[in-house]
Amino acid sequence: MSTGAVGRAYPRLEGPAKVTGTARYAVEYPMDGVTYGWAVPSAVVRGRITRIDTTEALASPGVLAVVHHGNAPRMAPGPQPELRLLQEPTVHYRGQYVAVVVATTLEAAREGARLVRIDYDSGPHSTVLTEDHPGLYKPDQVNPSYPTDTAEGDFDAGYAAAPVRVDVTYRTPAYHNNPMEPHATTAQWHDGRLLVHDSTQGATPVRATLAELFELPPESIRVVAEHVGGGFGSKGYAKASVVLAALAARHVERPVKLALTRQQLFGPVGYRTPTIQRIRLAADTDGRLTAICHDAIGQTSTIREFAEQTAVYTRSMYAAPHRRTTHRLVRLDVPTPFWMRAPGECPGAYALESAMDELAIAVGIDPVELRVRNDTAVDPDQGRPFTSRNLVACLREGAERFGWAGRDPSLRSRRDGRWLIGTGVAGSSYPARARPSSATATARPDGSFLVQINATDIGTGARTAIWQVAADALGVPPERVEIRIGDSELPAAALAGGSMGTASWSWAVIRAAQALREKLPDGGPPTGEVTAEADTTEEVGGQPALPRYAYGAQFVEVRVDADTGEVRLNRMLGVFAAGRVVNPTTARSQLIGGMTMGLSMALHEEGLLDERYGDWVNHDLATYHITSCADVESIEAYWLDERDDKLNPAGVKGIGEIGIVGAAAAVANAVHHATGVRIRELPIRLDKLIGVSDLA
Amino acid sequence: MQGGPENATTTDERHSSRVTVEVNGASREVTLDNRTTLLDALREHLDLTGAKKGCDHGQCGSCTVLLDGRRVKSCLVFAVTVDGRSVVTVEGLAGPDELSPLQAAFIAHDAFQCGYCTPGQLCSARGMLDEVARGWPSAVTGDLNTPAELTDAEIRERMAGNLCRCAAYPHIVAAVRETAASS
Repeated sequence: MSTGAVGRAYPRLEGPAKVTGTARYAVEYPMDGVTYGWAVPSAVVRGRITRIDTTEALASPGVLAVVHHGNAPRMAPGPQPELRLLQEPTVHYRGQYVAVVVATTLEAAREGARLVRIDYDSGPHSTVLTEDHPGLYKPDQVNPSYPTDTAEGDFDAGYAAAPVRVDVTYRTPAYHNNPMEPHATTAQWHDGRLLVHDSTQGATPVRATLAELFELPPESIRVVAEHVGGGFGSKGYAKASVVLAALAARHVERPVKLALTRQQLFGPVGYRTPTIQRIRLAADTDGRLTAICHDAIGQTSTIREFAEQTAVYTRSMYAAPHRRTTHRLVRLDVPTPFWMRAPGECPGAYALESAMDELAIAVGIDPVELRVRNDTAVDPDQGRPFTSRNLVACLREGAERFGWAGRDPSLRSRRDGRWLIGTGVAGSSYPARARPSSATATARPDGSFLVQINATDIGTGARTAIWQVAADALGVPPERVEIRIGDSELPAAALAGGSMGTASWSWAVIRAAQALREKLPDGGPPTGEVTAEADTTEEVGGQPALPRYAYGAQFVEVRVDADTGEVRLNRMLGVFAAGRVVNPTTARSQLIGGMTMGLSMALHEEGLLDERYGDWVNHDLATYHITSCADVESIEAYWLDERDDKLNPAGVKGIGEIGIVGAAAAVANAVHHATGVRIRELPIRLDKLIGVSDLA
Repeated sequence: MQGGPENATTTDERHSSRVTVEVNGASREVTLDNRTTLLDALREHLDLTGAKKGCDHGQCGSCTVLLDGRRVKSCLVFAVTVDGRSVVTVEGLAGPDELSPLQAAFIAHDAFQCGYCTPGQLCSARGMLDEVARGWPSAVTGDLNTPAELTDAEIRERMAGNLCRCAAYPHIVAAVRETAASS
């Protein structure tokens, strides 16, 4: 019996705590005897520490210790070698944390970090990605486990034979996640047990990693992540702050708070790789695609391979008989790139959806219509029907809401004073996945219920969504349900990432609620507490591998100053088909948040690498620009009422990432429509626009 | 363990000061290292962790508080300079029994997601509304001789110093607009 909680717009449960400042984040828990850790980054790109002189630092008032490879507690080798920090003198990239100063105050720790003297032997380095880099190679697979290359039909022959062809190369720079809360951890050891409050997207995987590194049974470790100030992928799995804090706390035998500085986040906690993407599209004169090829180049580090799945989007988005996708990587002397909101799909869709716009112009067909014509009910990659695919419905409804009809396709056709005005569209898709999780549901004698699961709410509204799902599954009003998340002592669950949190967690919660209801046959409150648990490992693992995707269509209107080339967003509108929407309030926030990050990608963000120092020079929020309040004049998100019974018990597809997919292409396509200038290297800065053409 | 108890002083007396400051209506007295920022004084010495550290360089606005009624980035203010002055943090915005209209509007409009920038947004909005009431212009104010009208463009411009990576911007604007209209 549903109580109608799912689908209703509840304000988020932790709202009062967040607006009164009482919600505590990772380094905000009061505790006795706390000390402060300050990370020291390497000053060279590639080399070896030959000497660390800690004399001056240790003589500074308040400094307790300088922890470095010569004295740090030992850790076991693990699957994530970049987390084996302070274990050896080798430096793999500039900014690698090579020491931690621990002091009784924050000021003393910071001063101590300044006083640590480190000598290095350093060698030549390679930090710039180019398409002809001699180190280009083919990885065995791409993130998380997709085939590196795919081919169907005969692309070369199909391409050569087509009457309409587009062959274009797009470039994206390094993007840095920059959640508002920098990575931060409080760590304390008591009798061989480790307690950490960590800013992470998943306390369960962090506990597993710490258990491996410190060679402890997982039960000896507790990871708490009740409130997390954003992540966008950069807090998926354990990161440096938790390792450094745990090492330092063990070394000084006191609790340690360690927050990385904003500057220290640019690289070592992950970032989106720069990409170079060649797209070739061929079509007949009606705009039907006959051949598609997407060749993507990205970078990884010398420590660990991370291969962004940039071309995977192209495998399933549009149909064509002849298709090919490839991924190549270069190992550079850089930090390891990692997840950033829609890894793969985000940069890949920028390229493909831009190229579709170029094809629409080449073949003389409206870009909405071109996408409709190339829609497919069968996944071109897997050869099976999509469980649901409402791309065309999103395009149609978006066009209607946006007022696309009657658009003059000619370039530079609208002008309002000094402003050139243009509109653009892009498609969007993101896979709908789920991972195993476990949960418990407890009925209490007073008629209330407790639902526990180690989900993480990084700002998505997860806490509220699971609470709504739990209420419906229990068949009671949500006010009678208490939800507990964000603690590794709770039943283990999937991390908040890959747009699969709600799907994964609600699955376990629904199964636990069903099991509990079976234990309470008369429906009334029990005389004592009754608990049921569920683990979806078997059920999720046994799910048939079908192509499950969410879809969307993004529409953008920009104005471009004809004199300066300044680009401003007039309005942005997205329509999405993402299964069931649990909470319209938090869903809308997620979708417009993703769309805005796409706008940011298109116009504002750019990691600028200085080859001499092998590091990003604009490593702060004054010089690495992200979209601000003044940049967003109008942004709207809508969704279709979509039911798909082949997903998961809650019928959700996930909405954390699809908002960013295609958004940058829609902006770029609108800028091209406004100005006639196609910038194929993001971000679209004013100097690039007026450098190419006299807009006025 | 390196160093030792002889180094473990909380502050060096030669470089510390006694600071008396009114925080959220209550007088607080604390001895602080002269290097301590107002933000760190609040967070590490007064257990007021509402003000957030997003960048420590005055670039993100998460640490915004009201100092003598005006919004400041508390990471750029040395605590010793606020001796004898008055500070309001996010913890001081609500009444004894209920949220302020601005806080309630932030919840109603879902003007935040992760919540980390929210204390700064709220203090900034509170200070900004006061600036508008005093007739202070912004960069987008057209006519400097008449009091600025609080249009959405004015709100966006005046709130542009508070970054939100979750991008709740349209909802922040709506919450501020509603609060301004009802006050």
